[in-house]
Amino acid sequence: MTLDNRDNMDNDVGAKSVGAVLVVGGGIGGMQAALDLANSGFKVYMVEAKPAIGGAMAQLDKTFPTNDCSMCIMSPKLVECGRHLNIEVIPNSEVTGLDGSPGDFTVTVKTRARYIDPHRCTGCGLCAEHCPVSAARDAFNAGLSSRPSVYIDYPQAVPLAYTIDRETCIGCGLCENICMAGAVRYDDAASTRELNVGAIILALGFEPYDPGQMAEYGYGRYPNVVTSVEFERILSASGPFEGRVLRPSDGDIPRKIAFIQCVGSRDRSCGNEYCSSVCCMYASKEAVIAKEHAPGVEPTIFYMDMRSYGKGFDSYIERAKSEYGVRYIRTRVADISEVPETNNLIVSYEDEVGRVVTEEFDLVVLSVGLEPPKSAAGLARALGIELDEYGFARTGTFDPVETSRPGVFVCGAMQGPKDIPETVTQASGAAGAAAALLASARGSLVREKTYPPEKDLRGKGPRIGVFVCHCGINIGGVVDVPAVVEYARTLPHVVYAERNLYTCSQDTQKRIQEKIQEHGLTRVVVASCTPRTHEPLFQETIREAGLNHYLFAMANIRDQCSWVHMHEPELATEKAKDLVRMAVARAALLEPLERLPIPVKHSALIIGGGLAGMTAALDVARQGFEVHLVEREGELGGHLNRIYFTLKGEDVQERLRDLIRRIDGEPLIHVYPGCVVTEIAGYVGNFKSKIAPVGGGIEAEVEHGVVIVATGAGEFKPDKYLYGEDPRVITQSELEELLATGKIQPGSRAASTGTGRTFVMIQCVGSREGERNYCSRICCSEAVKNALRLKAADPEANIYVLYRDIRTYGEREVYFQRARAAGVVFIRYPEDEPPVVEPVAGPEVEQGGKGKPVGELRVVVRDTLLGSKVAIPADMVVLAAAIVPNDSNRELAQMLKVPLDDNGFFLEAHMKLRPVDFATEGVFLAGLAHAPKSIDETVAQAHAAAARACTVLSLEEIRSDGIKSEVNKARCSGCGMCVDVCQYKAIELDFKERVAKINAALCKGCGACAATCRCGAITLKGFTDEEILAEVNAI
Amino acid sequence: MESETFEPKIVAFLCNWCSYAGADLAGTSRLYYPANVRAIRVMCSGRVDPAMMIRPFIDGADGVLVLGCHFGDCHYLTGNYQTDQRVRIVWEVLRQVGVDPGRLHLDWVSAAEGARFAEIVEEFCNRMRHMGPLQASLPSGPLPYDLPLALAIAAEIVEGERFRWLLGRLRELREQGSVYGERIDAARLEQLVRDVIAEEYVRAGVQVLAAREPLSVKDMASKLGLAARDVLKQVAYLKKRGVLDIYDVRQQSPRYQSTTRIGVDDLG
Repeated sequence: MTLDNRDNMDNDVGAKSVGAVLVVGGGIGGMQAALDLANSGFKVYMVEAKPAIGGAMAQLDKTFPTNDCSMCIMSPKLVECGRHLNIEVIPNSEVTGLDGSPGDFTVTVKTRARYIDPHRCTGCGLCAEHCPVSAARDAFNAGLSSRPSVYIDYPQAVPLAYTIDRETCIGCGLCENICMAGAVRYDDAASTRELNVGAIILALGFEPYDPGQMAEYGYGRYPNVVTSVEFERILSASGPFEGRVLRPSDGDIPRKIAFIQCVGSRDRSCGNEYCSSVCCMYASKEAVIAKEHAPGVEPTIFYMDMRSYGKGFDSYIERAKSEYGVRYIRTRVADISEVPETNNLIVSYEDEVGRVVTEEFDLVVLSVGLEPPKSAAGLARALGIELDEYGFARTGTFDPVETSRPGVFVCGAMQGPKDIPETVTQASGAAGAAAALLASARGSLVREKTYPPEKDLRGKGPRIGVFVCHCGINIGGVVDVPAVVEYARTLPHVVYAERNLYTCSQDTQKRIQEKIQEHGLTRVVVASCTPRTHEPLFQETIREAGLNHYLFAMANIRDQCSWVHMHEPELATEKAKDLVRMAVARAALLEPLERLPIPVKHSALIIGGGLAGMTAALDVARQGFEVHLVEREGELGGHLNRIYFTLKGEDVQERLRDLIRRIDGEPLIHVYPGCVVTEIAGYVGNFKSKIAPVGGGIEAEVEHGVVIVATGAGEFKPDKYLYGEDPRVITQSELEELLATGKIQPGSRAASTGTGRTFVMIQCVGSREGERNYCSRICCSEAVKNALRLKAADPEANIYVLYRDIRTYGEREVYFQRARAAGVVFIRYPEDEPPVVEPVAGPEVEQGGKGKPVGELRVVVRDTLLGSKVAIPADMVVLAAAIVPNDSNRELAQMLKVPLDDNGFFLEAHMKLRPVDFATEGVFLAGLAHAPKSIDETVAQAHAAAARACTVLSLEEIRSDGIKSEVNKARCSGCGMCVDVCQYKAIELDFKERVAKINAALCKGCGACAATCRCGAITLKGFTDEEILAEVNAI
Repeated sequence: MESETFEPKIVAFLCNWCSYAGADLAGTSRLYYPANVRAIRVMCSGRVDPAMMIRPFIDGADGVLVLGCHFGDCHYLTGNYQTDQRVRIVWEVLRQVGVDPGRLHLDWVSAAEGARFAEIVEEFCNRMRHMGPLQASLPSGPLPYDLPLALAIAAEIVEGERFRWLLGRLRELREQGSVYGERIDAARLEQLVRDVIAEEYVRAGVQVLAAREPLSVKDMASKLGLAARDVLKQVAYLKKRGVLDIYDVRQQSPRYQSTTRIGVDDLG
């Protein structure tokens, strides 16, 4: 989108603004966008092509780099989307038409026949059990297993309703006869409806490349050549082999597994020149997980460049190598053939010095690339948006979530290949952009959640209901769940106990509520996974049934029992019983707690006035909230002041001037140039901070509801390669500045150093070495950008890029290929033998009048392709200096009580699903302060941080947690020990009454005061002495 | 001893943010560890009161694990420093009453350290197997061994106000000095802690015994493994405070009994 139509977009809205948004696609991106919007006052329609939402993430076994279980971390979001009062999920549907203008669109949605009424279906599965058809291709398991004609993709599906696959259904009529819910509708037909929305977010995701098109790898012909998606299902506990690593031809456990990278990526012959961004990491993850599932496995990964450019990725690869013994071989595999007797596979490739090598494997996994979904082209036509030459939605570097049509936004892999956190970030960003557009209509179409009044439990003893989860086979396969239920029934105060296939599923929530009414339950215990992910869901469930949130206890019989005692089912069952007994003992003592309403200050403090801070500030202001924007330097812009053009050729300085102009013109934004934040007190919704000029003093004291950290990062000052000693050795950003300001013109006099047209670029200077074991992510693209610029000015220029891996991920790859085509020479140097820059003895030239003698420069590098050293005479050496975290991060982190990662960047709440949140509520993160990233990624993250912040700012009040300390005045002696121990300054001594007083709004519920109190006067509500000791007593 | 087949009972206090998450990660990573551990989730290891470290032993546990965040990682900033302080002083109490302090183990596990969690549990469990059941353990203190009595006294000590005041102040005293701004020698501080615990031991012992049945000073001294002279000092003190009263006099020896059956809690 150009600058001009952005302005138009702002102007267009206003006539009528509809407070509803259409999200197309129900994968992790669509869900995040929907939740952010619904939680900040907008009605959301979520259209999903499949019968259930969840997308690609539902198919994954684990996610890198934390190896979190994909379904486990996603299911709370699935359930929240399914339960949210202001999200309407419309499955089995597609968008066929769009009319209107930003703020007021009419969308046509066509829903295919499902033949099952999703509102009636309970998901019991009786129909599928009896369906006489059993050989339909199970697409969810990537075709590795079959399913009946009436089916559900996966057990946690939302909506939890079956679907009849009309193509394979023989119409026997059995399912209608046996469906006790009366949900079968053979006369169901496609229907069309029109939705009135203000904005649209496209989150269609991707489709895996089909390697059947490539003859050389034998996919489809050789049974033991599988795609990475198939292998993901093989690894999954819910997959065709229940998580056992078996190969398709004979069900044997494979010993040697080959992963072939770049199948359908970085390959002009299949039309996909771009890099798919995620395959290096997912292949490494699959190798590691395979090794965990079957320790005898020997994985080998055949790759071209190791593109582990994300946060924590390089160290993951290191662990894969050193701890798991994953073998990495740099090559392009030429051919795969089969040994017919064994169905083993012979992989042929050239090694790095050009010898042809063959090696036999038991299983080959093709790391297939990401393609735009096939439906994207039709949808683009229907919506009138532009796609790029590969079929991804076209966006600008500075507008990464905006399509060519105003009011239509995009996120996730539909915009270009990307991983889950990038997708989630863009999704929040797109939600923020939509919310900004529709700010005037906020709250106009939403319904408020109303709870039934809490039941009066006075005089009623505890009546406990226990729900024990099988978690499919995750628990039930190890722990004797029926025995645990039987045992639970014998425990004091337990009046009801049952077991569930998935206690977290939507139908079970309804069931729990029914049981609460039926048996007059006053406390609920769930024995399943971990309270860290699922407690809020169950608390919500019981609250809806009239029980206070806190009358709930959980026994962790999966993560801390069945999963770790798999080989000892009897002991695991005993332990599960003990854990249930402990939870029941705790539950019996639980008391209702109050969630205090805290009024929200509707303004944001944004620390850092670079690209991230400015973008976030504009978003927050456009959503209608005040912003205090604090910038340490005298002027806005940060890192962006030193960037002049983008890889795509956009003029950065022009965009920067435009941003500053818009900040200046925004009355809701107060800019504090030359200032820093010196003190932050308070908590989500109610912060109070001091802003001071860098030199000292006090500029202002502001009150605000949220904080966005956008403090950026610095550039590493190289300490080698003669940098700082020889003026011809400069950094990439210095080169960019010379190029942009015309101080260097290739072919003419290069800088002040004499005539020259030979440039040697050295990558990874300060990155991926020593203590900084991370990739600075953008340097490869920077080098390609500047090399192309130099070549454009002087096609005769000799440019060498000395690299370790070229990491031009996504569509940046295309520019790398262009640079190669333009004659830029890329030479890979070994990690343990970096290039040497040295002056050569020779005729000395006087230069710059300073009289400093300078000989010729020479770069010596071991070319891994040639296997020998080459010496390149250089006119200029350009270093790709690392991006390094600010020293001031530590101080700010302490002030905000948020953590830093090992490298000193800020650490987000969850690497996968909460990429811009901190664990501390009300504090958000964007830009280089989080990790190295490019302009478009920074903008997306800034949009996201603003959107997340606005979910808080749009509330009138937030409900604080009920877990708080409380002082029993009668026992308190006023000694003041608790005051000293409290890190949140939540306790004060009242000298008149000589007792301690706790500010509940400040109390975080850690319990340090209760454990310190010398006279037992302090109780931590929710974790009282009695409750904890009851658990101890129940061992 | 039947340490070959003995399976200890272990209670583990895990903080919500680090070690509990680490334990979950051990699960998601399917890392095996012995099934002897029963975890109790608290929001912060700093919540674990000294009394909660003693109580599992009374309730039948053979070992207690307290696992918090690594230093610098505490979700509540300094909770784990307090935990560190507390566990160290509870070790002294256990030593005083003759229970091997090795049965209470303190360690740090981050949310990302599933493997470390499994290792710590495995190692501790092996150590407990080796040590054998707490009930059958040999005394390591001055006491003619009566385990329930020892544990009851330990529980009484850690509930005592003097003990808790000192514990609450220790870190500040060590790091910032006294109210006079004086630095206190670390060795002196350690000696102070030992002295207080030793004295509290006598006082708590007297109270626990006197709450059970009327006893003479000599009886108490022999049960506690102490000199009658030392016991008498505390008996006299407690009598003055109205905590003890003379029950009767038998063969020249007055027998004392608690005025309340609660004990130290109601002192002062």
